[in-house]
Amino acid sequence: MNEDTIDLTGQTLDRDFLETLAPAKELLRNCMQCGSCTATCASAYAMDYTPRQLWHMIRLGLVDEVLNSKALWLCSTCYSCTLRCPRGIPLTETIGTLKRTAMQAGVPGYKESRNFYRAFVQTVCRHGRSDEVEIMVRYFLSTNPFMALDFAPLAITMLRKGNVSINLPKLGGPGKLDNLFQRVEELEGNL
Amino acid sequence: MRYLYYPGCSLESTEKEYDTSTRAVMAALGVELQELEDWTCCGASAAETASRLLSFVLPARNLALAEQTNGERGLVASCSACYVNLRKVDEHVKQEPGLLEQINQALEVDGLTYQGRVQVRHLLDVLANDIAPEVIAGRVKRPLTELSVAPYYGCQTVRPYSPFDAPYLPESMDRILEAVGAKVQPNPMRAACCGGTLLTTKREVGLKLVADLIQAAEGADCIATVCPLCQMNLDSYQGLLSKRLGQPVQMPILYLTQLLGLAFDLPEEQLGLGHNVVSVKPLLAKLSEEV
Repeated sequence: MNEDTIDLTGQTLDRDFLETLAPAKELLRNCMQCGSCTATCASAYAMDYTPRQLWHMIRLGLVDEVLNSKALWLCSTCYSCTLRCPRGIPLTETIGTLKRTAMQAGVPGYKESRNFYRAFVQTVCRHGRSDEVEIMVRYFLSTNPFMALDFAPLAITMLRKGNVSINLPKLGGPGKLDNLFQRVEELEGNL
Repeated sequence: MRYLYYPGCSLESTEKEYDTSTRAVMAALGVELQELEDWTCCGASAAETASRLLSFVLPARNLALAEQTNGERGLVASCSACYVNLRKVDEHVKQEPGLLEQINQALEVDGLTYQGRVQVRHLLDVLANDIAPEVIAGRVKRPLTELSVAPYYGCQTVRPYSPFDAPYLPESMDRILEAVGAKVQPNPMRAACCGGTLLTTKREVGLKLVADLIQAAEGADCIATVCPLCQMNLDSYQGLLSKRLGQPVQMPILYLTQLLGLAFDLPEEQLGLGHNVVSVKPLLAKLSEEV
């Protein structure tokens, strides 16, 4: 956790950054930096910037620091900060928006998290439902095939207990939700 | 009592025992669960990283299907992440003018439309509030008197939406466990987070959460859960945790429905206790001593 001063000398500040965070932008202005979010966050100890710092960095317009922050990918969406926030700011949802913004901006780091989410969405588009084996195959292939070794003991236990089957997935071909995903893209313009 | 049932993806793959034990327990209690036909994924926590609209359209597709099937029955979700995603559609539609129209413009390609009339319920809500504890107690054939159970609710069961229980100190599961005779061990971390997908993407951070949760339940015979991701995270990484801590960690993690099934003396193939990674044998031994 880093509670040090951030040196703003020579920093480019994007004062419009907050505007991109609809619908939380009005509410984020109300943040009084009380730190309830950080105090209640189970992952804050491992973050580079604490949740409290992130909200202020957004208001300052420190776009690169926020979008490249490890903190975004350590949020496990437990909604504890959202319910504790005395100003009623939808903080968990804002982290979700920041993750999406970072992925669309093509930030280079946190490949594991980005690839995992992408593998999940691709699998759902294809089958309509998520399938743990296919998600993990896509995840390993896009990140680092050798990381499969890390998960081998767990996979063996799951196979032994009959919790998963080893039908290796076909990754190509038309998907069940192709039309729906395509329509969402047309409507929103960024899928 | 009749409900529409949304099992969710985990319950038809790695967590089948939650699905079979849910169906068996509800049938034993005289509750009819009608599985929603052609249901699809709720989007989990992944859809919003791709598109905000998609994170509403994916759950709304299921709500539209439910509405045209038997919407008035209410849609029961047994997974807490599915529950939050399905529920958030109505919560956001109430606050954001134009959102429902946009969702329906997308659903149109699948010939669906949603009007906002489906009530989404968590399985725990139905068990705790629609079925009287006396009814549950009346079905018991083998009271769990010898078992000390630490109830673990997880985060999304009670947050951000808390229509049926308190968001940090829930107690609805305690009442159900007491109704089947179990001793409820107070669990200070009952509504803390299991780490969700962090066990896959940031394992060290996720492992610490799991370690804290298991430690908080020390002394109990098992932990009871009502979410497939909570169960998987707490159950599957205890081998790794034992290595890290240099001492054996062996805390059985059971679904609430598996425990109810044991109390109701339902057939083992419906409870799927063999699928649990940490052995439940010590627990079963305690139960049979009693008989």
